[in-house]
Amino acid sequence: MGAITLEKVTKSFGDVDVIHPLDLRIEDGEFVVFVGPSGCGKSTLLRLIAGLEDTSSGRIVIDGADATDVPPAKRGLAMVFQSYALYPHMTVRKNIAFPMRMAGLDKAEQNRRIEAAAAALNLTDYLDRRPGQLSGGQRQRVAIGRAIVREPAAFLFDEPLSNLDAALRVGMRLEISELHTRLKTTMVYVTHDQVEAMTMADKIVVLSAGRIEQVGSPLDLYREPRNLFVAGFIGSPKMNLLTGAAAAERGATTIGIRPEHIAASPDTGPWRGIVGVSEHLGSDTFFHVRIEGRDEPITVRADGEVSLHHGDTIYLTPDENRIHRFGPDGLRLA
Amino acid sequence: MARAISTHRKALNTAIAWLIAAMIFFPILWTVLTSFKTEAQAIADPPLFFGFDWTLENYTTVQDRSNYFRHFWNSVVISVGSTLLGLALAVPAAWSMAFVPSKHTKNILMWMLSTKMLPPVGVLVPIYLIFRDWGLLDTQIGLVIVLTLINLPIIVWMLYTYFKEIPGEILEAARMDGASLKSEVLYVLLPMAVPGIASTMLLNIILAWNEAFWTLNLTAAKAAPLTAFIASYSSPEGLFYAKLSAASTMAIAPILIMGWFSQKQLVRGLTFGAVK
Repeated sequence: MGAITLEKVTKSFGDVDVIHPLDLRIEDGEFVVFVGPSGCGKSTLLRLIAGLEDTSSGRIVIDGADATDVPPAKRGLAMVFQSYALYPHMTVRKNIAFPMRMAGLDKAEQNRRIEAAAAALNLTDYLDRRPGQLSGGQRQRVAIGRAIVREPAAFLFDEPLSNLDAALRVGMRLEISELHTRLKTTMVYVTHDQVEAMTMADKIVVLSAGRIEQVGSPLDLYREPRNLFVAGFIGSPKMNLLTGAAAAERGATTIGIRPEHIAASPDTGPWRGIVGVSEHLGSDTFFHVRIEGRDEPITVRADGEVSLHHGDTIYLTPDENRIHRFGPDGLRLA
Repeated sequence: MARAISTHRKALNTAIAWLIAAMIFFPILWTVLTSFKTEAQAIADPPLFFGFDWTLENYTTVQDRSNYFRHFWNSVVISVGSTLLGLALAVPAAWSMAFVPSKHTKNILMWMLSTKMLPPVGVLVPIYLIFRDWGLLDTQIGLVIVLTLINLPIIVWMLYTYFKEIPGEILEAARMDGASLKSEVLYVLLPMAVPGIASTMLLNIILAWNEAFWTLNLTAAKAAPLTAFIASYSSPEGLFYAKLSAASTMAIAPILIMGWFSQKQLVRGLTFGAVK
């Protein structure tokens, strides 16, 4: 079991309010991702749930019991840190055994769980090594192993993949997702990478400056961003945001259109522009198009085979059904 | 050409380094040499370097006249005892300053260190009176306490620097893994800080072993360590250079041998954190 409820939780460091009054419900077995730019308070929020920081006010309820003043050791949660935070003086086996040793589990059970975790995480051959002798990916797996064996109510991940190289990151992302499917344990995952958030989450919590901007499934956020911040943050490449005449025509202050919802043509379309930088990814090509009277280029996705060059004239047609309209307060218009 | 100059300079630097080392080492060498001379040879003019009759007479006289091993044992008890007591007090202090700092932590550290800038003689009288009233004069326990207090700021500072190097996340991981504060310190912090603790211990033992002001002023016969043993041979009315040298050699030999074998640890400890 691992349902976590935050009620009016706040956190201040001195005079600085890092988390503004915040309510959130994380269901048992859910994979929840906190995402937001650096300094938005996502890590602090995770540390509040872990108990590594004290709340300034509000309540944290874990499985129906008030855990606000319960020390981290007693909350029954496991955490995986960005820096892995392995014990450098212990072997992999002892690292993984540590939480069980603290819980006073008998040796036979400890060994059973270590073997099982090592087998699942491809660590069997490394059990007698020390963390210093392992690669980054292996260290991260040890950290996950150490979290798994305590059979926690929930796993907390604090940017666990940001120290890994890109290829390894994709692999570990899949491993963590598979782990969630297999264990069905609540996972709370912090990242600044919206791709990680989109690919892994059941539910994404978008944070900015200590406030929740939106909570929803990845597709909810993609299809119906509640405000300009979420619109700009979720999706890669970023949504194009336009003000002025184009927005006024559609009865909005700002309109947003994703690169993948704009059709590009060499001869017809309502918006005429000049091709700037092109990014060829093979499967897709992203054109950065300059439109007269606009400072910011518009990003457009086209087929990988489309051949247009720097300086070519291009005509863009936005998909009217996919245009997001925002009011003067930045909120989505119905 | 540039290469030639640099080799030249290297040789010069080496020579200067050796010269400085020889200057530092000379008094020790001279003490050891003198300890094997007769009293007359010890004050001979011009001084004798090696061309004298080597004798062990001074050592036997010194051992006959005063019990070397009792002083040695007092030195061991006082230096090791004050180091262990100091560590027991300093580990929690350094832990809290390194991992749960407040905005006054830096000031407290400076204030603690500032006590080392005070001339000890300034507090001699009050401490002497307290020792007299509490019956601590000329006792091992009294010296253990006073040397612990004298060296505590240095122990706390050194441990604080080592602890600062340990990532806080590892201790947080231990907390998340269900470790109590005691287990966190015992199983995670201390094993990781072993090199730092070892060099702190070594340095502190050396400081306590060599401490002369308090040991001379607060002891008479029973608890007198080797510093008092040496001092008993420097009397204004007699010329006992050879015996004084023999006593000094016997007093510094143990700590010199210990320092020699642990120099790697000491250097590593003292430069810990200077380079990653």
